[in-house]
Amino acid sequence: MNVNRTFRFIVARDHIMRGVFLFCAVFSIFALGCIIVFLFASGLPFIGKIGPGNFFGTEWNLHTGAYGILSMIVASLYVTALSTLFGITIGLFTAISLYRFCPPRAVAFIRQLINLLAGIPSVIYGLFGLIIIVPFLRDTISPSGVGYGILAASFVLSVMILPTIVSVSLDALNAVPKNYYEGSLALGATKEQTVFKVMLPAAKSGVFAAVVLSIGRAIGETMAVILVIGNSPVMPTSLFQSVRTLTANIALGALELSGDALTALISTGVMLFVFTLLLNISFSLLMGGEKRGKKRAAKPAS
Amino acid sequence: MAKNAPPNQPPEQTPPKHSASKATFLNKILALHDARNRQVFLYKALKVIALSALVISLITLLAVIIFILARGAQHINWQLLFGDYDPYPSIKPAFVGTLYLVLISIAVAAPIGIGSAIYLSEYMNTTSRLIRFIRIATETLAGIPSIVYGIFGYLVFVIALGFNYSLIGGGITLAIMILPVIVRSTEEALLAVPRSLREGSFALGASKVRTIFTVVLPCAANGIVTSLVLAIGRVISESAVLILTIGMVTDKMPQNITSSGTSLALDVYYFASHGYPEEAAATGVVLLVVVISINIVATILGRVYGKSEFADG
Repeated sequence: MNVNRTFRFIVARDHIMRGVFLFCAVFSIFALGCIIVFLFASGLPFIGKIGPGNFFGTEWNLHTGAYGILSMIVASLYVTALSTLFGITIGLFTAISLYRFCPPRAVAFIRQLINLLAGIPSVIYGLFGLIIIVPFLRDTISPSGVGYGILAASFVLSVMILPTIVSVSLDALNAVPKNYYEGSLALGATKEQTVFKVMLPAAKSGVFAAVVLSIGRAIGETMAVILVIGNSPVMPTSLFQSVRTLTANIALGALELSGDALTALISTGVMLFVFTLLLNISFSLLMGGEKRGKKRAAKPAS
Repeated sequence: MAKNAPPNQPPEQTPPKHSASKATFLNKILALHDARNRQVFLYKALKVIALSALVISLITLLAVIIFILARGAQHINWQLLFGDYDPYPSIKPAFVGTLYLVLISIAVAAPIGIGSAIYLSEYMNTTSRLIRFIRIATETLAGIPSIVYGIFGYLVFVIALGFNYSLIGGGITLAIMILPVIVRSTEEALLAVPRSLREGSFALGASKVRTIFTVVLPCAANGIVTSLVLAIGRVISESAVLILTIGMVTDKMPQNITSSGTSLALDVYYFASHGYPEEAAATGVVLLVVVISINIVATILGRVYGKSEFADG
């Protein structure tokens, strides 16, 4: 009798705890749902109210009620594209040289170092840009004598996303089966040819993941950008010109504005959210298809 | 014979007594040899480019740290660290604010994140469609920019719940932001626990929950702690969320968790954008030291965990 009761208690406890774990797991879905509902419910009506023509126009002037964010979208895209280009070029080559062209002991040390650097707060990168990169650009290569702008922001961001790119692409390269390498050497290719022509193409989905990750980080970064881009709400015409990104627009006005202007900031946030959502969805669709294919192929072996 | 021919010898110089087909054969071999030499050279050049990229990235990344330290270290003084904010700026409120934020966000995110990871790794086969939804939601949360979290926190805590700018609002928003980090790394730690340990526990008659709490979680403890330490690092580094949720009140000590405040990272931004570059650099040094030591702790914990994995398995 007693044993039976204990047994029933254990079964009940298992069910309850399972429910608790399930609740925790579902919390992510709940949180995401809340974010979507709150943002869209507060941001979208405003776009309807002032009209998409105004909202996607080029003029941002709080006194005349012009809330056009097109110039910021363009600036955001410029900064994202340039920083991803710089970051991927340097980061991918760095990962390749860490993969085969370095002594293994140095690689372990450099990886630790790079992991450490990945944790540096973005505001520190912004500060670095403000006190080093902006004066440097102003005094050397800027034709207009302005250091702030898209180029400064792209430099800062590409340094900031470098650790992520290096470790993601190095992981991708390390995941390529070792016998590809040996097979290619056996066919007479040199070590360098093998790395660039066999291993790198085999790791391309991981490299692609690094690209998408860095685009996501670059477009959403606020603090590293806001300190070096100058923040004038104008259409970018030069790399050395004070412009404003979507993220900077939100952070700048957040504490000072109210009423319609504040709602305009929330709508700006909605646009940013839509951008990253599209990026994420297309990425997980691409990667999801690939992973499922791999799992199916791996099943009989396990 | 073809192999021994010097590569620079032009094909016209081959002796005429050879038949035409032999001459073209030699010609082809030489062309191939040249092409191969060119290729080998090209890839050697790519290797040099790769190595210089490595040098460039190490130099730039170290430059960030070195320049910040060089500019800021000399401006650190007692007044900045622990003084009252009245005549000169001080980051004492930021220390308190950061501590509050870490405590609140970890207190909220750790139980939910660990519970979620347990569900994902231990109950995996039961409801696979739900698991997939959860994974998509977690990945999406991880990809949302922090300023968007800031807007969400502002809409929920400042406006909808009427807390005004508060540390608790900022802490909970940060908790949602670090949730994917905790879930992912805890899940990895749980999956690293060998299956045989669970099966052994079941064979001894332990229930699933008992197995989780007495076998799986203790084995994964180091990995889970590492993930929490990394999450603390993220909380301390974050500033864009906080500007919209805790209000950037740099000059007042927070009284309790419902008062507005500031954090170390937010102070760096405040000083840098309000014309205190020296204080910004000094605060940057403090922030850098805090974050790097936290990351070193996480690395050491991770290494201990990596070793104990073999001992347990």
